[in-house]
Amino acid sequence: MLQDLDRIGPELILMVAAGCVLAVGLLDRERERAWLPFGALGGLAASAIWCVVLVLRHRQAVVFSGTFSLDTFSIFFVFLFIGVAGLVVIASADFVKKLRYQGEFWAVLLLATAAMMLLSGARDLILIFVALEMSSISQYILAAFLRDDRATEAGLKYILLGAIASAVILYGMAFLFGISGTTKLVSADGGPSIASLVSQADPGTRAALIAAIVLLASGFSFKVALVPFQMWVPDVYEGAATPVAAFLSVASKAAGFAVIMRVFYEGFGPHSFVGSDWSNVFAGLAAVSMTAGNIMALLQTNIKRLLGYSSIAQAGNIAVGVAAIAASKDGLAIGPSGVTFFLAAYAFTNLGAFFAILAISQRIGSDKIEDYAGIARRAPLLAGVLAICFVSLTGLPPSAGFWGKLYIFNAAIHSDLAWLVIVAVVNTAISFYYYLRVVGTMYLSPPSEEGEISASPMLSTAVAGAGLGVLVLFVLPWPLLHAAERAVHALG
Amino acid sequence: MLTFLVFFPVVGALVIASLPRDQERQAKWMALGVTATVLIVSLIIFAAFDRNAEGLQFAQRYRWLRAENVGFDVHYFLGVDGLSLTMVILTTFLFIVATLISWNIELRPKEYFAWILALETGVLGVFTAQDLILFFLFWEIELLPMYFLISIWGSGRKEYSAMKFLLFTISGSALMLVGFLALAFSANPSTFDMQALQGAHLSSTVLPLPLIFFLIFAGFAVKLPVVPFHTWLPDAHTDAPTAVSVILAGVLLKMGGYGMLRILAGIMPKTAQDYAVWLASLAVISIVYGALMVFRQRDLKRLIAYSSVSHMGYVLLGIAALGQVGLTGATLQMFSHGIITGLLFVMVGLIYDRAHTRSVDELSGLAHVMPVIAVGMVLAGLASLGLPAMSGFVAEVMVFLGAAGRFQAPTILAVVAIVLTAGYILWMLRRVMFGPVNERWMALPDAVAWWEQVPIAAMLAVILAVGIYPARLIDVIQQGIFPIASRLG
Repeated sequence: MLQDLDRIGPELILMVAAGCVLAVGLLDRERERAWLPFGALGGLAASAIWCVVLVLRHRQAVVFSGTFSLDTFSIFFVFLFIGVAGLVVIASADFVKKLRYQGEFWAVLLLATAAMMLLSGARDLILIFVALEMSSISQYILAAFLRDDRATEAGLKYILLGAIASAVILYGMAFLFGISGTTKLVSADGGPSIASLVSQADPGTRAALIAAIVLLASGFSFKVALVPFQMWVPDVYEGAATPVAAFLSVASKAAGFAVIMRVFYEGFGPHSFVGSDWSNVFAGLAAVSMTAGNIMALLQTNIKRLLGYSSIAQAGNIAVGVAAIAASKDGLAIGPSGVTFFLAAYAFTNLGAFFAILAISQRIGSDKIEDYAGIARRAPLLAGVLAICFVSLTGLPPSAGFWGKLYIFNAAIHSDLAWLVIVAVVNTAISFYYYLRVVGTMYLSPPSEEGEISASPMLSTAVAGAGLGVLVLFVLPWPLLHAAERAVHALG
Repeated sequence: MLTFLVFFPVVGALVIASLPRDQERQAKWMALGVTATVLIVSLIIFAAFDRNAEGLQFAQRYRWLRAENVGFDVHYFLGVDGLSLTMVILTTFLFIVATLISWNIELRPKEYFAWILALETGVLGVFTAQDLILFFLFWEIELLPMYFLISIWGSGRKEYSAMKFLLFTISGSALMLVGFLALAFSANPSTFDMQALQGAHLSSTVLPLPLIFFLIFAGFAVKLPVVPFHTWLPDAHTDAPTAVSVILAGVLLKMGGYGMLRILAGIMPKTAQDYAVWLASLAVISIVYGALMVFRQRDLKRLIAYSSVSHMGYVLLGIAALGQVGLTGATLQMFSHGIITGLLFVMVGLIYDRAHTRSVDELSGLAHVMPVIAVGMVLAGLASLGLPAMSGFVAEVMVFLGAAGRFQAPTILAVVAIVLTAGYILWMLRRVMFGPVNERWMALPDAVAWWEQVPIAAMLAVILAVGIYPARLIDVIQQGIFPIASRLG
């Protein structure tokens, strides 16, 4: 037991770092507080280094009586979450300086990250639920952190709907426990587990399994913002501080899809007798999300709400990959590896877009799209990154999003989901319109005011880093693609 | 060599875009240097091209994405055969023309030339890519430069037209992408390599082959354009700046025809045979509808745009004939239409720069005021209606010869339509050039600057050269067409 603790070292380090940051934040002296973001970064770096050491020493194993698995899948997501959190810390350093409770902000951010990392390795329903709640509660707090009317409304809405989603998930888990008598998704030693139950293909369990599938899919859909469980998204994105919205839109989605892949690919299994059932559930959710998200996005005048709806549509795109169960060759499922790759590409893209918006909005004091007129001439770097990120969200070259969409669509075609791909590409054409409208406003309209807009050095670094990531992943996608494929091997 | 050819323009674009603001005057000289270099390189390739060898030449192939165990293996694969090479020469030639006729552009010249060069990379990439994904990638890259070129430097309802162009194209290309993915999976082993696909046995695995065929056709039909997907073209032409109209009519439409030849006829010959009648019908509808619409136009640019729709119908007719002669004729028609229509747009642009109108009703007797422009316009008009000894004649005759054996009625209709167009173009020329001299236009200058006269002369020379001695070009085209035609059986 104790000798396995090092395998959750990355998570533990972040929790300790969160405690330290919280304590230093209480000192209430400006000089110490200026170091807080670097403390948070240090914690993330230490966590990443620990994870590298784990990889180098081949410490991959299933531990804690089969509840936690340190494997290529969880390691991929550990690095993804650390990278996302790191970029968010860099980008929001200046923003947080204006807040009263700085130590608390960083501590909650680190705890949310640690919870997500734990979630990606969880192989037991109880650990999944605990980690999910830990990350959700941290996110509720972050959403309401500004404590003005909007943020409070956002936080309240998020926590109320989130609580219902958690209850639904728990209900689904209860069904599973009821018919299997265990909470394990898979069991290495051949003992009882959900996977072994499903593989028996007992028709008597089918109804209960489908009930569990529907309930779990609904609850997780809330976390990743799939229609019809998306109501909270636009309000929370608009009300929460922009760095928080960036974190939620990327990390929370990635964590949600990680757990979806764990539960459905490891637990229920793509080739089992309920495989096509849950695949259909996700295909339906994907089609509805893409269409509804894109159509609503067409109507938006606020750029953060636009990104909110666009992220709903993107969740639909990712769900296409989840639904592509039949696409596998040599035992390697290409749907999930497409999802994994897409999530990483999407992380850079959406963070870049949010950071650029953060920098621009801070200066012009508005989130309205019409106020972005002529920004390209006032802030060439920020507008350029925002434009390339929007191109990537559309899925056009030259950007990382191009490969992500291509890979997922390819998987879906292999999986006899051509109808879904046609829905998806029609949606791509729709989404092009509203993304391009923003780019057009920035580049074509004359600016309403003169004067350069410049971001602080930290924020500029984060913006440029994300934008560069989007471009580099276009030219050299294969290292990440390779990593994503290896990650999915762990799902078996 | 091909990598240099394709990417040198975009490198030039980046350099131009990063010029300091006070050196904007340098931009056009740099753009000229880049397009001239690219033209010379493409001519060197043309000269070094072995017309007797089979298959691709100057090929470059590197693995880009490695995931072959899941059927997702993308190569960076460039190469030219006779078909590609013809289009490449057309592209490099028209881009230097486009640069020259934009010489006195005042508004944000730095960005303008940067976008033009970025566009050139996209187009050259489409014509040389030998991997479906790479092809698609270049196909999409061309969109953004076009959007900005039309919506910043255009006129009239420019933003509407730019958006319309974009949405039509991207809707078509989105369906095309589904088709590509399904096509790659229909082959065994699945691959995106266009050369490998050409010989592959295709079977309906995920989607029925005819559906794949028409998904891909949708993308190309929007671009060519085929009636009823053509409505973006007159708008885009009318509102685009002159040089962009030249490129649009001269090169971008050819991407559609090239794709049909290379991918539909080249990779799916059986399905193409089965549905050739449909293609021929669409072709005749385009030819006749385009020709009839020409009669209703009073704006010179819209008039040429609709005549383009009609002329592109000949390309589709030649392709639908699915034989050696028809396909060669279609390719030659694309080349010659590119230069002839390019020249027409250049002339209309010059007239518009001076008279600030393109209305057939207002213009009159221009030949007395601007003889150089008049000569160019008349010759281009004659070439456009297919006068012998000009390139359009050779191409259209080949298309009709190719199509006549297979589709009698459509061919006759097409020939009738050509007479209609000819009548109207002659009437337009008489009216605009030789009507009574209008006082309003007396003071207008002729085309005197070198950057106006050089492209006109060069384009006329090419039109005549191909018209009088087409064999040099046809040999090259045949090298590319022969393998396609032989698979069609």
